[in-house]
Amino acid sequence: MNFEKFYIGGRSFLAAVLLLFAFQTAEAGVFNPETFTLKNGMQVVVISNHRAPIVRHMVWYKVGAADEPRGKSGIAHFFEHLMFKKTTTLKSGEFSRIIAKNGGRDNAFTSHDYTGYHQSIAVDRLGIVMKLEADRMRGLILEDDQIEPERQVVLEERRSRTDNSPGAKLSEQMSAAMFINYPYHDPVIGWEHEIKALTKADLMKFYDQWYRPNNAILVVAGDITAAQLRPLAEKYYGSLPRGADVKRERTIEPPHNAAIRVTLRDARVRQPSIRRRYLAPSLLYGERGHVYPLEVLAQVFGGGTTSTLYRSLVIKQKLAVSAGAFYDGDNRGPSTFGFYASPRPGVGIEKLEAALDKEIAKLLDKGIDAKNVARAINTMQSEAIYARDSIGGGARVIGSALAAGHTIADVEEWPERISAVTKEQIDAAAKAILQIKNSVTGLLLNKKKKGS
Amino acid sequence: MNKLLQSLTLAISLFVIAGPSSAIEIKQVTSAKGIKAWLVEDHTNPIITVDIAFRGGSALDPAGKEGLANLVSATLDEGAGAIKSQAFQQKLEDLAISLSFSSRLDSFSGSLRTLKKNQTIAFNLLRLALTEPRFDAEPIARIRGQIIANIRRQSENPRRIARRTLFKKLFQDHPYGRPSNGTEDSVNVIKIADLKIFVEQRLARNNLVVSVIGDITEADLKAQLDKTFGALPAKAMPWELAEITPDATKKTIVVDKAIPQSIITFAQPGIKRDHPDFFPAYVMNYVLGGGGFESRLYEEVREKRGLAYSAYSYLAPLDHAGIIIGGAGTANARTGETVTVLRDEWAKMHKKGLNSRELKDAKTYLTGSYPLRFSSSGRIAGMMTAIQMEKLGLGYIKKRNSLIEAVTLKDVNRVAAEMLDPEKLTMVVVGKPKGVTSTP
Repeated sequence: MNFEKFYIGGRSFLAAVLLLFAFQTAEAGVFNPETFTLKNGMQVVVISNHRAPIVRHMVWYKVGAADEPRGKSGIAHFFEHLMFKKTTTLKSGEFSRIIAKNGGRDNAFTSHDYTGYHQSIAVDRLGIVMKLEADRMRGLILEDDQIEPERQVVLEERRSRTDNSPGAKLSEQMSAAMFINYPYHDPVIGWEHEIKALTKADLMKFYDQWYRPNNAILVVAGDITAAQLRPLAEKYYGSLPRGADVKRERTIEPPHNAAIRVTLRDARVRQPSIRRRYLAPSLLYGERGHVYPLEVLAQVFGGGTTSTLYRSLVIKQKLAVSAGAFYDGDNRGPSTFGFYASPRPGVGIEKLEAALDKEIAKLLDKGIDAKNVARAINTMQSEAIYARDSIGGGARVIGSALAAGHTIADVEEWPERISAVTKEQIDAAAKAILQIKNSVTGLLLNKKKKGS
Repeated sequence: MNKLLQSLTLAISLFVIAGPSSAIEIKQVTSAKGIKAWLVEDHTNPIITVDIAFRGGSALDPAGKEGLANLVSATLDEGAGAIKSQAFQQKLEDLAISLSFSSRLDSFSGSLRTLKKNQTIAFNLLRLALTEPRFDAEPIARIRGQIIANIRRQSENPRRIARRTLFKKLFQDHPYGRPSNGTEDSVNVIKIADLKIFVEQRLARNNLVVSVIGDITEADLKAQLDKTFGALPAKAMPWELAEITPDATKKTIVVDKAIPQSIITFAQPGIKRDHPDFFPAYVMNYVLGGGGFESRLYEEVREKRGLAYSAYSYLAPLDHAGIIIGGAGTANARTGETVTVLRDEWAKMHKKGLNSRELKDAKTYLTGSYPLRFSSSGRIAGMMTAIQMEKLGLGYIKKRNSLIEAVTLKDVNRVAAEMLDPEKLTMVVVGKPKGVTSTP
């Protein structure tokens, strides 16, 4: 389960699923990338993987839903859809058609912190893809007869992802409650009334401000080296004019002083659940020193069927069918440390919440078991080796890290930083973060029966 | 035509499609005890990925015990041999070995991923899970509870409701028409003895297929094959599953749900994987609704009219039936219009088929994109298993693109005319659709 990631695959569900998968399994890793920067400021990263004669080509823009102007929620994602329309040299839809004709696949996605466009294709067609991607970085033409049907598509996407699902609606409400002043308050896909009100002028302004080579990162993974890529990158992207430097100005989250509860009751909920999220730091926001200890804590306390929470709530006390914890410190802005559990039939949600609270209290009181910390760190090291396996995995991890504002070292040194985490650091991080005044508790309940 | 496009079109015609097989060398390995596996040796990373499948899946679950194969798949790794549930899970966790099982209508699968240094333990855990699962009372009760919770959760998922209703209508009393993960009632009556019988009767050497990729030599694999699968019974209990032609009689079923977006799904008889017309049908479907952002359904429903986020079709070839399925999701108020567009496209393809440009573009995409499937160990292993399950032969990967190239316009259009019958479309709509009603 993953409640805190709000990626939106712009064009298909599958993309979103793959993205989550890639991120979960490939968080760790030493990908040994090579990097250089073009004269116009565009950063280039190459991750060689010679498994098959194919490449994954990605262009990441350092802009996401959290960079949108107030009242224009959904513009980053809506704009991402429009990037597949008309340009000065292409008709609407032609971009994807040319790639398909060359045996390639393409898609895009938007998160709070970045927007990414990607293609997979035989390595001998890479130039075609680069030419097309460079073309739409500056050559897009927006027209009403493309904007309006696409607006309807985005509204259908919102219905499909969020409005048709009680669980997704609760997640949206919880984030809105969690982030009082930080832009993660708004959903990536946007609020319906604001999606409806976005104008062509809004969209063009957004494009001109953010879609520039000096605000973009090129990541190519697969059957290629940096020496082979450099001339292509210079040829296709090097001639794009550098734009004005943009600063990502984001509001700051004030201290939280009161625990918040959010309850969603719906007749369609047949299996209730509880989620609890605590405001937490990330690599770029708040107390950075807590980030790696919190990652290990999530693994020991709530990662999988051998974790403390699962053992206690699911196996020993038999109160829940599932229980766990999650944390991701890769945001640009504040993160959250979260818990989830779903009750066994006949167990009231209040009872389950009390048991969860007791486990958290026990953790804060007695600290984490040092032996389990060593075990978890060992397991997490191995994940870094698996992460190298797939061609797209490294591109995804490095691209998202750089686009959010992290460094290649943050990715490459992850195994060492994780292995340096101590029990004392975890206990200190838990004490600092898991305070009820920093929390939002969400309950997903059936409309008829109270509390079960 | 503009300049960029011209140069790109030129580029297209200059390229010769690179074969996917250049980096993938598959060997068939046979162990001393006669157990066969397909192997791709790849020593780049110290990782081994194993994918196995047994023929026969959830469609063989006894009547009234639907969900048996699924319950077995979720409990094989909950303790085996002398190792109890939590200890088993802890071992997997500590060694970063991932072991999981799953069931489909016609198969029961397993996958194992391990670091090379832990391969002996990993293969041994796989052996134990397949041959000596404990099925202790505590984990069975726990997993049963999780499955039932999931059934409840899914029972209000509009997509699941649509699919369930469609399959029930298409296959009626045939096992394909039953819920493969079971119902609350059926999962509750499955006994531990049933799980044990499943393992004894269904997991054998004669219905097993094995695929391995990674940092392992042929000699090492041979030894592991005998140790891991040698103790399985030689033969699975024989089974019979009737062939069935899906019931499709132009019927529309509306399932009333208070949701803002109606989920539309529809189907009619298609063809099986071993049918000589499979590739013509595959190419036809790509153009109709299979091809991502290029298909006709995508173009007409999404691009032109903005009616849906996704509009698609796909072939679902089962061992004993073939179907072609389509679908879309649209605001309740626009459901009537969307259904009309979908039906029109179906009829158009039925009557006129493809034009030669569409056929050419489809072939270029389908052949050119084949190498993209070889992007990770898991995908390569899965593909080797699928090829073995369909008995397509070791040379299939090299041959496959030429089979696509060989498809003629005449074949495709004959298949479109025969297979797509707008009069026999069975449709399910979940939501509060305007302009669509159930057939009386």
